[in-house]
Amino acid sequence: MKRLCLIGLLAGLALAGAPAMAQTTLRIGLAEDPDVLDPTLARTYVGRIVFASLCDKLFDIDEQLNIVPQLALSQETSEDGKTVTIKLRSGVKFHDGSIMDAEAVKASLERHMSMQGSFRRPELAAVDKVVVVDPSTVHLQLKAPFSPLIAQLADRAGMILSPKAIKEEADKFGLKPVCAGPFKFVERVQQDRIVLERFADYWNAANVHVDRIVFRPIVESTVRLANLKSGSLDLIERALATDLKEIKADPKLKLATQIQLGYQGITLNLANGEAGKNGPFGKDARVRQALEAAIDRKALSDVVFNGEYLPGNQWVSPKNAYYQQKYPLPGRDVAKAKKLLADAGVATPVSVDFMVPNNPESRQAAEVIQAMAQEAGFDMKIRVTEFATSLNEAEQGRFQAFLIGWSGRIDPDGNSYIFFKCNAPQNNGHFCNKDVDQWLDDARQVNKLEERKAIYEKIADKFLKEGSIIYLYHSLVIIAHSNKLEGYRQLPDGLVRVVGVKLKP
Amino acid sequence: MAVSDALAVELGEESLGARAWRRLTKRKGAVLGLLIIAVFVAVAILAPMLAPYDPIRQSWSSIRKPPSIEHWFGTDESGRDLFSRVIFGARASLLAGVVSISIALSLGVPLGLLAGYGGKWTDALISRITDAMLACPFLILAIALAAFLGPSLQNAMIAIGLTATPIFVRLTRGQVLSVKVEDYVEAARAVGNPPTRIALKHILPNILPALIVQATISVATAIIAEASLSFLGLGQQPPAPSWGSMLNTAQRFLTNAPWMAVWPGLAIFLVVLSFNMVGDGLRDALDPKER
Amino acid sequence: MLLFLAKRLLQLLPTLFFVSLIIFSLQQLLPGDPALAMAGEERDPAVLEQIRKQYRLDQPLYVQYVYWVGGVLTGNLGESMRLKEPVLTLIAQKFPVTLQLALMAIVISLLIGVGAGVISAVKKDTPVDYAVNLFALWGISTPNFWLGIMLIFLFAVYLGWLPASGYVGPLEDFWLSLKTTILPAFVLGNSFAAVLMRHTRSAMLQAMASDYVRTARAKGLAERSVVLKHAMRNALTPVVTLGALELGTLLSGAVLTEQVFSIPGFGKLIVDSVFNRDYAVVQGVTLVTATTYILLNLLADIAYVLINPRLRS
Repeated sequence: MKRLCLIGLLAGLALAGAPAMAQTTLRIGLAEDPDVLDPTLARTYVGRIVFASLCDKLFDIDEQLNIVPQLALSQETSEDGKTVTIKLRSGVKFHDGSIMDAEAVKASLERHMSMQGSFRRPELAAVDKVVVVDPSTVHLQLKAPFSPLIAQLADRAGMILSPKAIKEEADKFGLKPVCAGPFKFVERVQQDRIVLERFADYWNAANVHVDRIVFRPIVESTVRLANLKSGSLDLIERALATDLKEIKADPKLKLATQIQLGYQGITLNLANGEAGKNGPFGKDARVRQALEAAIDRKALSDVVFNGEYLPGNQWVSPKNAYYQQKYPLPGRDVAKAKKLLADAGVATPVSVDFMVPNNPESRQAAEVIQAMAQEAGFDMKIRVTEFATSLNEAEQGRFQAFLIGWSGRIDPDGNSYIFFKCNAPQNNGHFCNKDVDQWLDDARQVNKLEERKAIYEKIADKFLKEGSIIYLYHSLVIIAHSNKLEGYRQLPDGLVRVVGVKLKP
Repeated sequence: MAVSDALAVELGEESLGARAWRRLTKRKGAVLGLLIIAVFVAVAILAPMLAPYDPIRQSWSSIRKPPSIEHWFGTDESGRDLFSRVIFGARASLLAGVVSISIALSLGVPLGLLAGYGGKWTDALISRITDAMLACPFLILAIALAAFLGPSLQNAMIAIGLTATPIFVRLTRGQVLSVKVEDYVEAARAVGNPPTRIALKHILPNILPALIVQATISVATAIIAEASLSFLGLGQQPPAPSWGSMLNTAQRFLTNAPWMAVWPGLAIFLVVLSFNMVGDGLRDALDPKER
Repeated sequence: MLLFLAKRLLQLLPTLFFVSLIIFSLQQLLPGDPALAMAGEERDPAVLEQIRKQYRLDQPLYVQYVYWVGGVLTGNLGESMRLKEPVLTLIAQKFPVTLQLALMAIVISLLIGVGAGVISAVKKDTPVDYAVNLFALWGISTPNFWLGIMLIFLFAVYLGWLPASGYVGPLEDFWLSLKTTILPAFVLGNSFAAVLMRHTRSAMLQAMASDYVRTARAKGLAERSVVLKHAMRNALTPVVTLGALELGTLLSGAVLTEQVFSIPGFGKLIVDSVFNRDYAVVQGVTLVTATTYILLNLLADIAYVLINPRLRS
């Protein structure tokens, strides 16, 4: 009898232990191959998706874009706005076992600010010094008040790296990254896969239910979806809007969507190079307004994206707290467009060199815009240009209209400053207005939402009428995943957060 | 029959061209190929008259409709009539095939003649450069050239033409080398003809058959190359239709609107197949060993 | 023979020199600033300047060329700007993949092409012959990327027999590796199969009508042995050279096929690097594939001369 009991007990234990032995692997399909996995040097959107599981940041965001704690517990800005006190979480370990403390944070931030080739430098340009107060408190001394700073620390600039790894690997850190995220780096085969495995000492390990993550870059969206449908992948990013119907109809698949942080629009060349100075948009703001009036944003979304994308007319989406209600979405008005052109005294048809990036959705959107604008008297000559060339053309001003978007940042400053300020790096249209410049800097000095929004209203008043960008729509972050995945929630930044997600066998 | 044929040739009553034509038309595959090509050429030329709709006119209420009486091939992602677009697309594809190979011929044949007949160092130089070009992956060169020149149908044709040139250089050179030692060439030289005259008047006509065969087959390859470049976004610019870019767009809609992919794919296939069949037929017809 | 070999090896050097020139001129051809391309969204001018300096992009082209050639001769093909990995490492990672695909494609095309060619020759002018001919023509008339997408939908989505994309190495999981590579290998191989089929057919027809085969028949040998032993052997000799050349072409990377099937081979690497203006990678990989092609070419010529004694003089 006793023996039977023992056997029964052993069998019971074995059975209880059995499910725990099976490893859960989450296979994620990316739309591109990420660049180098070094938060200081990285610059792709898709790289951020990998970082979301690999490298924790000082802060994170929630669905309403509020700042929430991650590696840091709290932040406080001084009265004069020039000192930011950050309190760190205790008991946080890096993947190599070392402890995260204020010294580690200082080392990481300084690396972001000063390493050769660092793309985070402009993001942290406002920081003068990083001071260690005690092992769990850091002071950031700023050169001038800078309210978007915390938003930067909720992105790559706030990712804390293991000081030991920084010292040993130096600029080869990206080949074997060591951070403090829920998963640690196992291996990477370029253009094939990136493998991460669960980090047992993660500060929030109790909420991590997946053992391994495998990222596979698959460029063709049809093939990516085919992989999801056939079960070779568990989750894919950037599914196409035109595939939504099919995904919804498939009982084995689920959708997680959010309006993106950024926007898609047309950048107009107002004064950059010959094409700008002699172009249609530089001389009279009414030509720009005419083009905007000719476009039916809703129809654009309907035709190209099955109505799934959100039409927009500002650099933040209508759902964003900073959206100016005073300037709502205008409808299409061809008569008004024709009148504006007539008033401006330009001969129709107005010829426009229309540069378009080389992807199917942009091409179709360009064709639709061309057809719409034609009715108002514009002849948009579509010129499909591949990515690298288009960046150059945009910089040199060799375009008159450029269909380009921006992936978006949490803070409205990130969607406006570098595009509106005179001579700013991304201001390819060469819009330049001294008042707007001043207001942009003012908005950085103030912290409260209402105050900043009031300043942005003044900017909107100027820019939406005379600026160099016509905002068209905000795309949908579309994540499709197998119904075996439970508890997945999507945030507007498009990142895939694996903490809290369960994968059924 | 065979005897009278031979006699006719012996008596000089039938030129090389006529004999080739007769032999060509005997082969069913080649005849079919010629017919199909002729149909497509006619379609391309008469496109404005044949197409029921304007190929770039969008209709946002009839997006991605399946084939019906109003739209024989269905509509595409912006509501444009696919039948009209396929018809107009024939222009881009046929033009791409013919123009690019014409470029390759006009550059490759003279270079090949020069290499075969020029002299040791000219030959060495041209041959090594040709070898080098053939060693580099064709599509990469085409992509680089197309990117450099700027994406457009003309530039795609130039890019394909330039990358196809080495094949003709090598072929011409090979042919020249084997024909160079023939009696009639030796005779012409002995009489004192200048090299250019010999090359143009004596050598070129005799290597023409091989060139024609290769050209026909290369047109087929060029059409697929144009489709590939368009697939990568480097060919015909929107909204003008081209079968390759239509296939590129159709990829996204394979499950929603498969008809968008069927027709341009079928068109490419038929045209390329026809050129291959004609090329095959020509090769057999111009082969001196055949009767 | 040795003289022939020596002459050909000597020709190799100027060819490689021209290859390097062509490869390097790609850099000049491709418009766009690689530093900008690399920076993407983050475009701080100071950082861009520093990147240009680091990769010598601010130097004149001939200076860069000299540095590059110097590097190549010492075994250093540079570093990928985008991925920060040495080009040689990337090549070492991708070469086995492309090689596996190329070899499988050749095997498939041999099986299909030679098999179909033999059958078609033996059953000349029957419906079987026409059907096989049509198949061969179909093979060279369909765009690769197109065929690939159709096959993915048929075998992966509707039938679910094979994975839709991706690659697994044979050492990791042999059967899965076969499953991931069979579709792209077929797509790559079907055009060469067509070429082989036509070639085998005509060579077989020639051989079957030739004197020594007629003699064999007259001697009373079974038809099958006549066909298999005598005709095929003759038909297959040039296949070796054709195969070597095709292998060289395939090793250059099947650009579009790898794109469609997401196979991390040379083709995909080159295309991505061209679009990202990652010159070091483009130059390094093109150099390796071009050299391989030239060497295979040479091997093919040697094999041809060896097999065909009449050419030795």
